[in-house]
Amino acid sequence: MTTNTLLRWGLYAVLILFAAFYLMPLFVMLTTSLKSLEEIRTGGLLSLPREITFAPWAEAWSTACAGTQCEGLRPFFWNSVLMAVPAVAISTVVGALNGYVFAQWQFRGANLFFAAILFGCFIPFQVVLLPMAQALGFLGLAGSIPGLIFVHVIYGIGFTTLFFRNYYVTIPQELVRAAKVDGAGFFRIFFAIFLPLSLPIITVSVIWQFTQIWNDFLFGVSFSGPGSQPVTVALNNIVNSTTGVKAYNVDMAAAIIAALPTLLVYVVAGKYFIRGLTAGSVKG
Amino acid sequence: MEWLERNVPKLVLAPSFVAILIFVYGFIAWTAWISLTKSRLMPKYEIDGFGQFERLFAAPRWDVAMNNLFIFGGLFIVISMVIGLLLAIFLDQRIRAEGVLRTVYLYPMALSLIVTGTAWKWILNPGLGIQETVRGWGFESFTFDWLIKPEMAIYTVVLAAVWQASGFVMALFLAGLRSVDTEIIRAAQVDGIPNHRIYSAIIIPTMAPIFLSAFIVLAHLAIKAFDLVIALTNGGPGYSTDLPATYMYAMAFSRGDLGQAASSAMVMMGVIFAIVVPYLYSELRPRRDH
Repeated sequence: MTTNTLLRWGLYAVLILFAAFYLMPLFVMLTTSLKSLEEIRTGGLLSLPREITFAPWAEAWSTACAGTQCEGLRPFFWNSVLMAVPAVAISTVVGALNGYVFAQWQFRGANLFFAAILFGCFIPFQVVLLPMAQALGFLGLAGSIPGLIFVHVIYGIGFTTLFFRNYYVTIPQELVRAAKVDGAGFFRIFFAIFLPLSLPIITVSVIWQFTQIWNDFLFGVSFSGPGSQPVTVALNNIVNSTTGVKAYNVDMAAAIIAALPTLLVYVVAGKYFIRGLTAGSVKG
Repeated sequence: MEWLERNVPKLVLAPSFVAILIFVYGFIAWTAWISLTKSRLMPKYEIDGFGQFERLFAAPRWDVAMNNLFIFGGLFIVISMVIGLLLAIFLDQRIRAEGVLRTVYLYPMALSLIVTGTAWKWILNPGLGIQETVRGWGFESFTFDWLIKPEMAIYTVVLAAVWQASGFVMALFLAGLRSVDTEIIRAAQVDGIPNHRIYSAIIIPTMAPIFLSAFIVLAHLAIKAFDLVIALTNGGPGYSTDLPATYMYAMAFSRGDLGQAASSAMVMMGVIFAIVVPYLYSELRPRRDH
């Protein structure tokens, strides 16, 4: 064997080893969620279930206790859906219009404002947590799903604006100038020229916002009430619920359920997800 | 009418402008103000000076939180960068099934940190997790109980965070490697320059902006890492894995100490500020290629 093929084998060995490292927790979650508690106590962490049971999944979905409420993840899962869908839609629409202005309708002070928005993307949310709690109370939105939608839209438009601005900047300004000469206005140009070109960046924005909002915990735990908790908060409550026997299989089933929507999005549209994550980081 | 037409772009931006002004900058100002008062359970508005910060810096728990931030942040950023770069370079060698491997490396980034924390908490628990499994293989004295050791628990947070984010760094670096001009690389290969020299002398130096971006993203994740600690250790054992983010949350929502919550948030803000502002400055500077 030449050194070159040896090197090649080593390369693949390292790559596969890392793949195993990344897959191990998912594997453990899945197998644990399909085992009975008895088998979890006697068998190894990495062993396949001897007898597959779906009871933990049923329990996680509809009867597991989060705090004092024993309805499983189901109601909280729907809370997250009701929160994420409007928040994603609104922040994407606002981001598209903002990005369109910043890229094609520059005015004096626009750059400064864009910098201010960009900076807003990076603040630690702890710094707005206290006043936001007060403001939501003042607006009558405390502990409600509309309140959470509001918060996610406010702190989401920074990123969506950035995505659309960076995308629209690449469209030549002559296009807008020519359309203006033909008498088309701001919205006309947007709907006739920009929107039809926007499918890729809309996908990026939707996927990015959806994963951010679905996976959010800080805002959820800070601003939700008993009836409006998102799924991440409920998952944490179920796992840390102190009543009864520690049901690891139910915990793992609940964790997978909570992760399923974003995992699914990732598997279906992973390419766009990567593009969203790397947007702004890699200058093309 | 004509006025309206001319000002449509500004009117479109106006709601966002107002929102950002109030909910980002106004709120930062409010928190800064509160951090200078004697607020406890309820906000008070008489300025009192820097008493809250003195209390903060004297608190042993805050000391632990800041220390943890530097341990966690430092290790998390360095290890993620090293693994990310290594995997990116390895994947760049015309690997079969590259797409599959890339997907496998990156999927953790799609998960909520609460899910990540829950999974690793189960894997690392000494009773039934890895420790017990390895002992079951016959290594009776094998010990891996970092999760319950106060001086080691922070490293489990590093482990879980690296697991989650290193694949993302790989994706960033891989995109960077692929964007390097192939003409230059081919010319170097024709000249007989060995592969590792091509990487160290040509490709990696052109990727400096990507190193910076990766660093910013990771530093940002590290400072905000709140969910992971809550799910994995809940700050424990004791408060040994507290981070500034969990300290702030505890003060705000369970201790009812708004002044401490506000002043700790301001310190976090300062740390981010120091890292991000130079970056934003370099990002927004007019570019030569435009």
